[in-house]
Amino acid sequence: MTASSKPQIENLTTGSGKLQADTIARWLFQGAAFLVLAVLVWMTVVMAISAMPAISKFGFNFLIDKTWDPIQEQYGGLTFVFGTIASSFIAMLIAVPVGLGIAIFLTEDFLPENVLTPIAFMVELLAAIPSVVYGLWGIFVMAPFIRAFETWMNTNLGFIKIGDKSIFGTPYGPGLFSAGVLLSIMILPTIASISRDVLKAIPKSLRNASLALGATRWETIFRVMLPAASSGIIGACVLGLGRAIGETMAVTMVIGNTPQIDTSLFAPAYTISALLANEFAEANEPLHIGALFYAGLLLFAVTLIVNVFAEIFVRRVSSGRQ
Amino acid sequence: MSSTTTTSNAYQVRNMNFFYGTRQALDGINIDIPAQSVTAIIGPSGCGKSTFLKSLNRIAEAETKVRIDGQISLFGQNIYDPKVNLTQLRRRVGMVFQRPNPFPMSIYDNVAYGPRVFGTKGNLDALVESSLTKAAIWNEVKDKLRTSAQGLSGGQQQRLCIARSLAVNPDVLLMDEPCSALDPIATLRIEELIENLRTQLTIIIVTHNMQQAGRVSQNTLFFNTDESRIGQLVESGLTKEIFFSPKDKRTEDYITGRFG
Ligand SMILES: Nc1ncnc2c1ncn2[C@@H]1O[C@H](COP(=O)(O)OP(=O)(O)OP(=O)(O)O)[C@@H](O)[C@H]1O
Ligand SMILES: [Mg+2]
Repeated sequence: MTASSKPQIENLTTGSGKLQADTIARWLFQGAAFLVLAVLVWMTVVMAISAMPAISKFGFNFLIDKTWDPIQEQYGGLTFVFGTIASSFIAMLIAVPVGLGIAIFLTEDFLPENVLTPIAFMVELLAAIPSVVYGLWGIFVMAPFIRAFETWMNTNLGFIKIGDKSIFGTPYGPGLFSAGVLLSIMILPTIASISRDVLKAIPKSLRNASLALGATRWETIFRVMLPAASSGIIGACVLGLGRAIGETMAVTMVIGNTPQIDTSLFAPAYTISALLANEFAEANEPLHIGALFYAGLLLFAVTLIVNVFAEIFVRRVSSGRQ
Repeated sequence: MSSTTTTSNAYQVRNMNFFYGTRQALDGINIDIPAQSVTAIIGPSGCGKSTFLKSLNRIAEAETKVRIDGQISLFGQNIYDPKVNLTQLRRRVGMVFQRPNPFPMSIYDNVAYGPRVFGTKGNLDALVESSLTKAAIWNEVKDKLRTSAQGLSGGQQQRLCIARSLAVNPDVLLMDEPCSALDPIATLRIEELIENLRTQLTIIIVTHNMQQAGRVSQNTLFFNTDESRIGQLVESGLTKEIFFSPKDKRTEDYITGRFG
């Protein structure tokens, strides 16, 4: 006893060396955190300066102008903003219900735990696939199915129109709809796995209270579990949305890259990120470069807003569960 | 329970064995539980009191894999009959848990939850008020029905949970150590309300507090574990007989130890 207590006392007296290391580590991490913030501000400033030629020439008109013509030096971002928002919207329309369904399935005891855990793991693995692989898969595997689906929709529901143009117009394959479907698969793991974690964290006692009152499993899910998890689920969805809005490679490969706003869901379109990826290499004129930076700034603003919202919602959940 | 043959029985339990997976938790339980009275369940930790309670509204099977043999009938109907509608059973048999577990909703929505699930016709406001009144909490919450139930104190939350159970008009109320998370004053209020509810429904309450069992119950069941750690019903009868002239040595030891 006495022999073993001796080294402990020595450790106590030499403890100041440890404290020193703590202080250094804290400074390092604080510095790193500050650096990240500085890079963010610096990037924004550089982008704004590079975008200046376009900002001073087009002003806010850039937001409502549909033409993108490098030859006439006339630039407007509306078609790209539309493509970005519309493709993300389609993605959300598919991924939110499916992702929530998966999350519910993985938290309920429909299947034994040792079957559910690998499934949950595989859903998370979907997030690890590089987006260029998604793009290739989208072109070679998904596109034929999408085309067949589009053809079916066009023949059966082609009569649904806005003005005199069909919503389910000529089937293309690559286009807004393909991009939306591909994006929905890409953001599915985000929505499904975060929603699952949130649902799992709801105290079992709430579930039991509802069942003991005579509610069925589904009544319990819809009336107690989902409402209790709602802000976390919204956070998950907004994170997914942020990813969909910023996604570049896969979308560039399947959206058709045509700056237009068509009534047909199936028509080719263009997104801001696809525009930047495609045109930066060949942009020489300051105005062209400026217009691209301007578009980039718009994208940055949108993703920033979306992510801030996500952060707020997720925060609210984790702080509300004490 | 020979001394209570004048009243009808709510539950009749016959040769009931309870298994969690393959591990047996209760062995050969036989008991009649009288209606319109309060029955206390006492016994050392791990002897299967909660398990027994959870077999009476079939909530145990919603939590894990369980097996139950023998027969449990509620007012003459076998509740483990495959044709039994679980929803209806649990509606008739309310349950109050050890820790208050209000839903993260308003006070009003908590009480209205059951009636809404069952699509109960009629005046919901009146039903909410009468349930909260029966649970002796109406005066404290009547001005803040639309605020979150989670802002209430522990004792208020527990009474709210009782109100929530009463709102679907159950015949039986199961309570698993409803006061163990509460202070003495909140406990007293719950005991008073149990006393007032007794004439309207059958109450079965698990408690570690002997004084409480003595105060609120007419009948008492004493559970204990045997050598192989399987729970069994050692003795049952009128509360005053169990407390003052227990027939079984183990009951006597437990009660004197508890009061000591
Ligand atoms: N979900 C479960 N799965 C497996 N075994 C369980 C489960 N719940 C309880 N048991 C076991 O069953 C036995 C009885 O447990 P129970 O909770 O009914 O005891 P109790 O009398 O209510 O105890 P306490 O007074 O501590 O609440 C214990 O041995 C316990 O470990
Ligand atoms: Mg217990």
